[in-house]
Amino acid sequence: MHVPDGFLDAPTSLATGAVAVVGVAAALRGARRELDDRTAPVAGLVATFVFAGQMMNFPVGAGTSGHLLGGALAAVLAGPWTAVLCVSVVLLVQALFIADGGITALGTNITLMALVGVGVGWLVFCLMRAVLPKRLTSVPLAAGIAAFVSVPAAAAVFTLLFAVGGVAPIDTATVLTAMLGWHVVIGLGEAVITGLVVGSVVAVRPDLVYGARPLIGARTLEIRPAVTR
Amino acid sequence: MTGRRRTRGFLAVGLLAALLVAGVGSFYASSHPDGLEYVAGKTGFLDTQDESAASDSPLADYQTKGVGDARLSGGIAGVSGTLAVLAIAGGLFWVLRRRDDEPAEES
Repeated sequence: MHVPDGFLDAPTSLATGAVAVVGVAAALRGARRELDDRTAPVAGLVATFVFAGQMMNFPVGAGTSGHLLGGALAAVLAGPWTAVLCVSVVLLVQALFIADGGITALGTNITLMALVGVGVGWLVFCLMRAVLPKRLTSVPLAAGIAAFVSVPAAAAVFTLLFAVGGVAPIDTATVLTAMLGWHVVIGLGEAVITGLVVGSVVAVRPDLVYGARPLIGARTLEIRPAVTR
Repeated sequence: MTGRRRTRGFLAVGLLAALLVAGVGSFYASSHPDGLEYVAGKTGFLDTQDESAASDSPLADYQTKGVGDARLSGGIAGVSGTLAVLAIAGGLFWVLRRRDDEPAEES
């Protein structure tokens, strides 16, 4: 979903740039509460994994592919503020070194994938976690559903930006239908990858999964004598 | 201490997985346009795209400049990008982190 330079006009790109600056600044403050000696290296790994995951385009039919956006994945593993920074660093490296996503479009891409992707992903995850049974096995499922919703959400916001500042005069409804249609399918891939990765980490180190912490508190007290040698 | 060592093992396995995906797995990734690119082509705004100022970068488009072998070229680019993200994000989070002797409620 990396927006290249030129799709959106300068005022829109400036506006999304401002939104991105405000969002990243807020995340720099918020992430301090999520990061400590133990979780900071894990968060670095999460960003690294999102970058690698974004390289794995999977086919979704009709000559189209999709790839992990990673917002929901990073939010569940590292916490929402840290996740905004994870995805933003990935987008920065891609824009500056790999020409994946435009440089003037960096603000747009941060807005779409870091702010909308993480924000929607985290909100849906919290909602699902509240609704699903209070068990660790609910965490990957909630993460997968959050990931699924986050992709069409980002696609819808892109369409909104395109309607406001798209350089080409194309009917918004046409773009919206196409964007939502494809990104619902891509969202399924996002859900599967996110569910599997979160499920693997929950299986080996549930204590390192930010989104699982509220479910662990009681459990740890129960089993502590068995784990400590 | 056991906990810390186990975390180190977890980090090592995770990093290895990321490097393998970026350095080796990515060769097998679909080369079809992604959702946005495809929609842009279909609905007719793909040609409003401008070339990125970074398109001359030695790692542009996940290929390493001057390396002919496609597998190696993509692999080096993937691993380089992965390590760049690790350095920037890891460094940033290490600076931002709450120190152990700092009370959690502060800030």
